[in-house]
Amino acid sequence: MKLIIAYIQPAMLTEVKDALAAAGVGKMSVTNAMGCGQQMGYEESYRGVKHTVNLLKKVRLEIAVNDEFLDTAITTLMDAAGTNTIGDGKIFVLDLVDCYRIRTREKGTEAIG
Amino acid sequence: MKTLLSLAFAALLALGSGAPTLRAQSAPPAAAATTTTSPVQEPPVAQNVSALITEAKEAAATAQSSANWIWIMVAAFLVFFMQAGFAMVETGLTRAKNASNIMMKNLMDFCIGSIAFFAIGYGLMFGADKMGLFGTSGFFLSGASTTSSTGMWQFAFWLFQCVFAATAATIVSGAMAERTKFVSYLVYSAAISLFIYPIVGHWIWGGGWLSKLSTPFIDFAGSTVVHSVGGWLSLAGAAILGPRIGKYGPDGKSRAIPGHNIPLVALGVFILWFGWFGFNPGSTTAASTNIGLIAVTTNLAAAAGALGAMVTVWLQTGKPDTSMTLNGVLAGLVGITAGCANVSPMAAIIIGLLAGILVVFAVEFIDKVLKIDDPVGAISVHGVCGTFGTLMVGVFASKNYGGVSGLLDGGGFALLKSQIIGAVSVFVWCMVLGFILFKAIKAVIGLRVSKEEELQGLDIKEHGHEAYSGFQIFTTE
Repeated sequence: MKLIIAYIQPAMLTEVKDALAAAGVGKMSVTNAMGCGQQMGYEESYRGVKHTVNLLKKVRLEIAVNDEFLDTAITTLMDAAGTNTIGDGKIFVLDLVDCYRIRTREKGTEAIG
Repeated sequence: MKTLLSLAFAALLALGSGAPTLRAQSAPPAAAATTTTSPVQEPPVAQNVSALITEAKEAAATAQSSANWIWIMVAAFLVFFMQAGFAMVETGLTRAKNASNIMMKNLMDFCIGSIAFFAIGYGLMFGADKMGLFGTSGFFLSGASTTSSTGMWQFAFWLFQCVFAATAATIVSGAMAERTKFVSYLVYSAAISLFIYPIVGHWIWGGGWLSKLSTPFIDFAGSTVVHSVGGWLSLAGAAILGPRIGKYGPDGKSRAIPGHNIPLVALGVFILWFGWFGFNPGSTTAASTNIGLIAVTTNLAAAAGALGAMVTVWLQTGKPDTSMTLNGVLAGLVGITAGCANVSPMAAIIIGLLAGILVVFAVEFIDKVLKIDDPVGAISVHGVCGTFGTLMVGVFASKNYGGVSGLLDGGGFALLKSQIIGAVSVFVWCMVLGFILFKAIKAVIGLRVSKEEELQGLDIKEHGHEAYSGFQIFTTE
């Protein structure tokens, strides 16, 4: 079992979500995130005073998958979220120790699927 | 004899000119006589009856005149506040990342519009008529002066007309929201107040050809002059501009892009409804006795419009949609604006109800069939319902209310024919001028912001800062 954490451009969320669902990975959590990286920031001005905004808005996806779905999920994610521009985002993959579904008390790979 | 004078005083008080400063003002030209006689003066004891009658008449005329000034000004101030209503409706129905931009547009169209209408627009609209097409005098408010009552009246009348011109201009900002370049907006907003709106205004209100048809075209408060002009220009603009990113899926299917604050939309609609009590009853431009009737028809049509839209969308989707019902209020108001002084309260309910039903289908038709992206429904509310309301005058006009008979009052098709001629000619004028204007702006300075800017929001890229600093806004389209 793996946990995929992906940071993507907010505007790509709908496409990513739809592509993942089409590939059989339909369960995920999405949160607002702020981040800084290669994209750097942009300059804002407020009442004549300039200031740099370094933290940019991103969307964070958390997707728990069984091992056989990992490659499909990653490929689909990269295809859908990629626009070949700086700031497209990053994907982290972590080993997932366990997983439970509260309603049925299922455990492990059963609970993820 | 005393009785006569006290009657005149009573009339004065009843008409609300009790404040001593008001009596010093000269009367508008509408009033037959002007007088500087102070009504507080004790009359000479030995005065003959006819002199007293004359004096009483003069006092009454002064009172009427003062009431006219007050009413047109109060109405103008109410209509001015509609700018706030439009700003709230438009920002509520669009996304948080563009809220500052919408505020700037609604602010600046009034500011630019005021000056443009002062310099050129008012003269084109109300100046001396040339071939029934446009006015040729009164530019830079040259007809106004502080030395005569006619001159003084020009100030009041200009302000009243100026807030109407600004209403026509501000309608367009909603239909083209979230993707239009700010500088381009300023340019077309100026063009509307300078030229496009005043020409139509001249045809109908300035003594132009539509007001001189054998059965004159009736648009009492501007379903056509103000609303359909704004609505049809919105149609031309939104069509040329193209939809917002993400509005239509790859298969061309329409997607919902929900507005970010429905309470603001509701506040805006209430403000507009309130302002409309200046817009319609104020269009008498005098403290006449029919302002009560006009306020009643206006109110009933708005209420019926909300009902019509709510029931229609409820039957369609199973839910009474909030923003569509709010659009229904505006549809009813726009629909009754042309005929508010010429129809019975019952007819006002029918017009409002039909406009409310119509607006739901119009929004869907424009969104799903024409595939023109109008985030606030401006084309449907102002263009479609404005034209609908104009035509309905030809059907429902009643001799007992406005002195003119429409189809159902035994007046035949004459008025309806005039209404159709007017509505169609204004549609053609707006589409042609709108097409030329927006195409020209597109070619010279560009009409649309970049993709990056649209995704990040116009607030940051156009104005340098967000509207809701400190809030985390979920922006995913």
